[in-house]
Amino acid sequence: MTAMQPIRAKRFHADARVTMSHGGGGRATSELIASVFAPHFANPLLEQGHDAARLDRPAGRIVVSTDGHVISPLFFPGGDIGSLAVHGTLNDVAMGGAQPIALTAAFVIEEGFPLADLERIAASMGEAARRAGVPIATGDTKVVERGKGDGVFITTTGIGVVPDGVEIGPDRLAAGQAILLSGTLGDHGVAIMSQRQGLEFETTITSDSAALHHMVADMVAAVPGIALLRDPTRGGLSSTLNELVEGTRLGVLIEEAAIPVKGEVASACELLGLDPLHIANEGKLVCICEEADAQTLLAIMRTHGEGTDAARIGTVTAEEPGFVRMTTAIGGTRIVDWLSGEQLPRIC
Amino acid sequence: MKYVEEFRDRALAEKLSAAIRAEADPARSYNFMEFCGGHTHAIFRYGVQDLVPGNVHFVHGPGCPVCILPIRRLDDAIELAERHGVILCSYGDMLRVPGSKRRSLLSVKAQGADVRMVYSTLDALDIARKNPDRQVVFLGIGFETTTPPTALAIRQAADEGLTNFSVFCNHVLTPAAIRHILDAPDIDPEEAVHLDGFLGPSHVSTVIGSRPYEFLSETYRKPVVIAGFEPLDVLQSVLMLIRQVNEGRVEVENQYARVVTREGNTKAQDLVDEIFELRPAFEWRGLGMVARSALAIRPAYAPFDAEARFDLSEKTSREVKSCECPAILRGVKKPKDCKLFGNVCTPDNPMGSCMVSSEGSCAAYWTYRRAETLAEMAKDKAMAEQAA
Repeated sequence: MTAMQPIRAKRFHADARVTMSHGGGGRATSELIASVFAPHFANPLLEQGHDAARLDRPAGRIVVSTDGHVISPLFFPGGDIGSLAVHGTLNDVAMGGAQPIALTAAFVIEEGFPLADLERIAASMGEAARRAGVPIATGDTKVVERGKGDGVFITTTGIGVVPDGVEIGPDRLAAGQAILLSGTLGDHGVAIMSQRQGLEFETTITSDSAALHHMVADMVAAVPGIALLRDPTRGGLSSTLNELVEGTRLGVLIEEAAIPVKGEVASACELLGLDPLHIANEGKLVCICEEADAQTLLAIMRTHGEGTDAARIGTVTAEEPGFVRMTTAIGGTRIVDWLSGEQLPRIC
Repeated sequence: MKYVEEFRDRALAEKLSAAIRAEADPARSYNFMEFCGGHTHAIFRYGVQDLVPGNVHFVHGPGCPVCILPIRRLDDAIELAERHGVILCSYGDMLRVPGSKRRSLLSVKAQGADVRMVYSTLDALDIARKNPDRQVVFLGIGFETTTPPTALAIRQAADEGLTNFSVFCNHVLTPAAIRHILDAPDIDPEEAVHLDGFLGPSHVSTVIGSRPYEFLSETYRKPVVIAGFEPLDVLQSVLMLIRQVNEGRVEVENQYARVVTREGNTKAQDLVDEIFELRPAFEWRGLGMVARSALAIRPAYAPFDAEARFDLSEKTSREVKSCECPAILRGVKKPKDCKLFGNVCTPDNPMGSCMVSSEGSCAAYWTYRRAETLAEMAKDKAMAEQAA
């Protein structure tokens, strides 16, 4: 009988792929975790080695947010599913005005997925968490049979703390408040589209995927009375604003000329018949605040790399309740509607 | 964005708007049909109506390729994907259009049919090359603008000797449809739509030129302005039409001179002539059978014609009852005149093609002018009840 061997990081062959045994819960699973994830995620919480991470209870109210990340392609200009899974959840926590303190990560991996790609994703995820200053406290790995997944799905959960005095929420919206946007629209969606099979086009546009909680921390510190923060991800700015006013006695009026959109994004949208207001973002926020605080908040946003192009784009109104309206570039008006189904390119 | 932003300049738009207000005679009304759904979309997206006086009316024509495809042809496409098991390639807009029993290409895809969205005919050819053991059919739809790329794909498939690629051809012709609309009052007086002129689709004219519209001024005495799709193009074209009407001129003018010529792209026209021939008649959703209004693949290219290659069953396809798409496509009714509008028919749950296509009139009213349209509908209803 041989002595029991501790699970060690294993050097995988460059062409090695994920097999069903990596998800079986046995030695192979432990080797996968030790080799692929642990080196990149290393932090004291993870090293506690329990199924559940123990966190010190901080002062303030706890917020929790969870998000499943499914994206094709997995690697795109400006990011990949790993960093996206970190940023997306950190931003959801931050939009409550909270500072994130820990993340969890669950992986569903398709049998046959290259281990080298999985490690690339883990490295990117670890790097994103480190830069954000938020540890990945615990996680899970499952493998599904080939053909039953799409490479890798990652679900992350974020835990954060809201400072006392910050009461961000849709119930705080009121007519006359200013609507601010932290930067250019559509960068993420267009970067992804440029890599999609059948649509590849050359562009220097990279995804705006970024964690916004540092910027939010400065914003809530200066103006604790911010009414609302939202990140306009899937469905874009149009869905975010429609969600806010639907079924309420409030409306929104935005100004097309004030909305920042990069020239290349605008060109790609023209070519494909898409509307930048409907396109996904992964590193932008919408802030709704009292008119008197708008300039202070814009100035704070602009001191952060993620908020360089911050702009005031509109106002909450009592007119046309339930609708998002826009003054167009030529001075006409129109409704900005929800994205209906999936945005499909026009024929001509 | 060079050549785009210049045509969305607010100061210039205000100048054109002022010129239109100054020249439009308040004692009369101006009804201009924009034939093309691209114009409808541009007018609504930029709120062009707000920049013209109330007596200048846009009448929305049938120029949306998705909207005018009859339900029977869509059922044929679904049959190709389902019964014949082909890889059916289509442009994105087509996927959500409801066919019979509210089934769409997207819904049959969800049930297992191999339907793929492509961005160009060349992508469909590529799918055929990569799947030699499968039949690949490209659903060819659209006006003169999208016809040359389909012709090119067929020629390329022929040159390469591809035996698993064909086109289900539904390409249609703009001038024939305009003629049909103008003839309609002679056929049925209730169909009379008073039109003072046409905004001609510029993308179509980049291929066919402006000459094919000269019959409109010569025979039907209707002014035409070939108009670009940017908001300033539309405003300038409206001004040009108003001037023609006021001065009693009836001409084909070309606002989109930066691209369109009288003769058009003769190379593309020759390619289309080589591959396609005129159908004696073709059914349009909303217009019914329209003589010499569509193209079929010439017998010399029959191996690439899905209609020749596959045995398609006879269908008894039916539109949704009380859907007013047909009358809306002819410019006889407006979306607000349809009982289904906004009630059971929305872009999320479209009953007819005008609501499903982003270029359709109903989708434009719903997406960009919903508040006003619903208010008008309520007013019309109240008046009707009062009258009763």
